[in-house]
Amino acid sequence: MLFFNHFGRYLLMLKGMFTKPENMRMYWKELMHQCVEIGIGSMGIVIIISVFMGAVSAVQTSYQLVSPLIPISTIAQIVRDTVILEFAPTVVCIVLAGVVGSKISSELGNMRVSEQIDALEIMGINTKAFLILPKILACLLTIPMLVVLSMVLGILGGRLAGTATGILSAENYDMGLLLNFIPYNVFFALVKAYTFAFIISTVPSYFGYYIKGGALEIGRSSTKSVVISCVMILFADYILAALLLDK
Amino acid sequence: MIEFKNIKKSFDKKVVLEDVSHVMETGKANLIIGQSGSGKTVLQKCLVGLFEPDTGEIIYDDVSFTTMNVDERKALRQQIGMLFQGSALFDSMTVEQNIMFPLDMFTTKHFAEKLKRVNEVLERVNLVGVNNKYPAELSGGMKKRVGIARAIVLNPKYLFCDEPNSGLDPQTSMVIDKLILDITREFNMTTVINTHDMNSVMEMGENIIYLYEGKKEWAGNKKDIIFSKNERLNRFIFASEFLQDAKDMRMLEAKGKISNDRDMDELMK
Repeated sequence: MLFFNHFGRYLLMLKGMFTKPENMRMYWKELMHQCVEIGIGSMGIVIIISVFMGAVSAVQTSYQLVSPLIPISTIAQIVRDTVILEFAPTVVCIVLAGVVGSKISSELGNMRVSEQIDALEIMGINTKAFLILPKILACLLTIPMLVVLSMVLGILGGRLAGTATGILSAENYDMGLLLNFIPYNVFFALVKAYTFAFIISTVPSYFGYYIKGGALEIGRSSTKSVVISCVMILFADYILAALLLDK
Repeated sequence: MIEFKNIKKSFDKKVVLEDVSHVMETGKANLIIGQSGSGKTVLQKCLVGLFEPDTGEIIYDDVSFTTMNVDERKALRQQIGMLFQGSALFDSMTVEQNIMFPLDMFTTKHFAEKLKRVNEVLERVNLVGVNNKYPAELSGGMKKRVGIARAIVLNPKYLFCDEPNSGLDPQTSMVIDKLILDITREFNMTTVINTHDMNSVMEMGENIIYLYEGKKEWAGNKKDIIFSKNERLNRFIFASEFLQDAKDMRMLEAKGKISNDRDMDELMK
């Protein structure tokens, strides 16, 4: 029953965002601000994670490939596909659920607790549209870009680790990358990125916007929003894989 | 003028406001007083539309607020300014940006015109040279003044203040009270103030309602309140025994019945 109550309120929150903006220029400014906060602000962690993810998967794949019958360039192929299909969209989005999700939830929660949302309402501003919609749009714009960046850096990280440790040469790696490449995988990864971006922005917004209580509650709702976002990402990951990768 | 009739509001099964009616007059400081938990803030939030009353009607200058649609309410709210208990300033913005925000949102003025207006209202609340400070760098009294400046920047017809003196020392409280009263008269606004500070009541109380457990217990002005025979109101006003004793002693001293150089402990006995 409680689940349906929350879910209904979540849907009403999404519906409430779609009204005519009071001042389009201010909404645009807020959207750009959120793009910088979410996109540029998360770039550092995405770069670090992606490079190391690619590097580790190259080293571990080489460790597991013991048969001399399998060409060494297969390592690059495996790194490419795991990074594109799973590591870049899912792992990066789980990390972003922590970084961006907790930020969104605590920012809105703090605004609610300190009556800043009430102050905006009194001014005649639709706070759902002004505070939540730019965050969702910014996530939908920047997170797929971060995922694409992560794909590139993951593959480069694998190349760097592979050549630095002497597992395979740069030529072998590049050859493996081009072998049996399926462009549909990139499309699939982007579908996942958009879905996860929606989850990362809307779930913490819901928990932050409807917070009740004081400072302690801000921390609690932030943690809760990250946990629920992560579970929903994993659930959506499975559903999308089952739907879109079905042969 | 704001008139509200038979306002009732409950949360789950707890009734917070019951059948509250009154008229808040234009050009006057209208006070809602009462103990903590008596329903002052809920009543004020019902008046501005942050809470929907269960029953009753709210009328802003002969126009029913209760039956307005979302767009009509949005339009009316641009004529409402509100000072919140904790000031509710946007932490990530400077004082100037905070005050300019309503102008940015609802006017098409150029930056220079907006800046001029910001400086005008800052001057009006006696705060000059703080444009580039952040709320975290301001004292409690300064935050309240910035809150007032932001509330009046669009020249509202109605001003709501929720506990404007909470957390302030008595001297700063008086400055804030005087400022609210002056602004109310200067711009002929309908000002509604929630307070349980008796100094504010005596400073500004032109039209007062006293709420007791969600019901309107008494109404009058600051002169009426002194001579009120309402037991509950008197208990609220003279809640501090020291205040009552001090008042009695001052009266006795004024009448020459006691001398003020006597030992304080002896007098208290």
